[in-house]
Amino acid sequence: MGRTLAEKVWDDHVVRRAEGEPDLLFIDLHLLHEVTSPQAFDGLRKSGRQVRRLDLTIATEDHNTPTLDIDKPIADPVSRVQLETLRKNCADFGVRLHPLGDVEQGVVHVVGPQLGLTQPGTTVVCGDSHTSTHGAFGALAFGIGTSQVEHVLATQTLPMAPPKTMAITVEGELPADVTAKDLILAIIAKIGTGGGQGYVLEYRGSAIEKLSMEARMTICNMSIEAGARAGMIAPDKTTFDYLQGRAHAPQGEDWDAAVAYWQTLRTDDDAVFDAEVVIDAAELAPFVTWGTNPGQGAPLSANVPDPASYEDASERFAAEKALEYMGLAAGQPLREIKVDTVFVGSCTNGRIEDLRAAAALMDGRKVASGVRMLIVPGSVRVALQAIEEGLDKVFTAAGAEWRHAGCSMCLGMNPDQLAPGERSASTSNRNFEGRQGKGGRTHLVSPQVAAATAVLGHLAAPADLSDVPTLVEA
Amino acid sequence: MAMEAFTAHTGRAVPLRRSNVDTDQIIPAHWLKKVTRDGFEDGLFEAWRKDPQFVLNRPEREGATVLVAGPDFGTGSSREHAVWALQNYGFKAVISSRFADIFRGNSLKNGLLTVVLDQKTVDALWDLVEADPTAEITVDLEDRQVRAGSITADFELDENARWRLLNGLDDISITLQNEPSIAAYEAARPSFKPSTVQV
Repeated sequence: MGRTLAEKVWDDHVVRRAEGEPDLLFIDLHLLHEVTSPQAFDGLRKSGRQVRRLDLTIATEDHNTPTLDIDKPIADPVSRVQLETLRKNCADFGVRLHPLGDVEQGVVHVVGPQLGLTQPGTTVVCGDSHTSTHGAFGALAFGIGTSQVEHVLATQTLPMAPPKTMAITVEGELPADVTAKDLILAIIAKIGTGGGQGYVLEYRGSAIEKLSMEARMTICNMSIEAGARAGMIAPDKTTFDYLQGRAHAPQGEDWDAAVAYWQTLRTDDDAVFDAEVVIDAAELAPFVTWGTNPGQGAPLSANVPDPASYEDASERFAAEKALEYMGLAAGQPLREIKVDTVFVGSCTNGRIEDLRAAAALMDGRKVASGVRMLIVPGSVRVALQAIEEGLDKVFTAAGAEWRHAGCSMCLGMNPDQLAPGERSASTSNRNFEGRQGKGGRTHLVSPQVAAATAVLGHLAAPADLSDVPTLVEA
Repeated sequence: MAMEAFTAHTGRAVPLRRSNVDTDQIIPAHWLKKVTRDGFEDGLFEAWRKDPQFVLNRPEREGATVLVAGPDFGTGSSREHAVWALQNYGFKAVISSRFADIFRGNSLKNGLLTVVLDQKTVDALWDLVEADPTAEITVDLEDRQVRAGSITADFELDENARWRLLNGLDDISITLQNEPSIAAYEAARPSFKPSTVQV
């Protein structure tokens, strides 16, 4: 019987398989950051162990870094200690680190792909649930906890039970203004935050094949929001073209050998998935969340749902709690929801195509009065590219704040936070209670919806901007 | 890190009637700046604990060690701090009809037993411990069984995970017994595989 993409990559990494035990998997790439690694390095020290494969390990600083005044000492002493701890750990153990201020610094899931380290058919892990991002290259990429970080540092392997596989097939053409973000939000709303539990999702079908690498990363990034262990997309010419010439992509004969292997990484025609979901791309529309988990979303043209409409008691209760927290009433049109803050950034939507899409709509327009808009590039490289294209000027002319690269308001570990009761439209990945700051209310949106919302001051689609003329250049 | 062995535990319970309790609720991000594995108890469910009526704040729940949670417990971030916060607070076991994968993996690596029971049984446990806050729940890993009042429910846990928990075994030491297999695999890896060595 044929095998799925996930099964092929899995099988190619089994170091040891024994009856009644999890498989021992080899890990090709281990990404580290400051938040989930300190206790792992401590563990190594206590047991007198070393990092087994420094040549497969790389670190950057992202979760905790400020996006303003990065040339000054970090104001929060606890954050400073955490960053200093990573620097000391990397120095002591010999791990390559791109710290704040380095040209390769950025959100770990933006940095790996842009360096060409994330490659098809590899296993990638990181102590961060959005490691699923790297599956866009046909890699098997898992978010792991700190005990597993220590395990990989010490052994370059992980004991893991094989996952089940789920196909998410998206056929057809995405309508205008419908992005990868809208698609993945719609998928999560359909299968639920636990729908992918135990599965590796493979996104496939004509609508997926047409997506750019960055759009594919947006999709795979949010696999974890459906509870999945990982998300993958089969590598193709789009993938190879993205990788060729990048710093860590294979060169010369290695490139040819790699591409020959990568081309085998497709689900066989006779392979059987454990579950399958089919989505018609043509039926999709700009999508936003109204609740406090990423599955609580609806098309922007809809109204806030009535909790009473849920048959399942626990879903009904969750919806009631969510509306109470979000300060919304059942039946309220989503388009009428006013926001205080718009955040464009994160490992979901902080890449150059995201900034271009937002800038194209902001060009010649202004951020609505009373609205704060933060633009946080996913990495220093993304920021430099945006500056070269003049996007930073477009944003600042519109009244948005152009910030330094990092995770920023996606999780509010640094000073970029919502105040209690404040409401955001955010291109990030989680609308959990308090995620962007204590008492903050988050609506997850695409970069295009974020831009339109910033201009109009309420949740809006790009098409709603047709009534807002751009300023004519003098 | 070696973990504490888990054989069986009996204790009073906290009924948490909420679904989709994500790890941001269990331990908010600002607590993640700490570089230790302890001292997270005050951050556990921090936002909800501001409400004196929140179940964890009720005097009759003081000293409870078994958390009976709603479905999809531990979704979201991979932060192991969520497990440490529950353990630092005093929880020994969490019961739910469905756990997020990463949270479950993290819990079992730290000796916090996560037990999956069907929602009907979880409902019955909620009813029991709400009616009688002194009711104790026994989570027995040797027999793979939960017992409380008139409720007896078997649970599944794969034999390998159970063996590691019962003996408090250190995963890394177990893996390192396979050193020859790891070395053999490494020797056979193709040269085109990525390397982080600076170019």
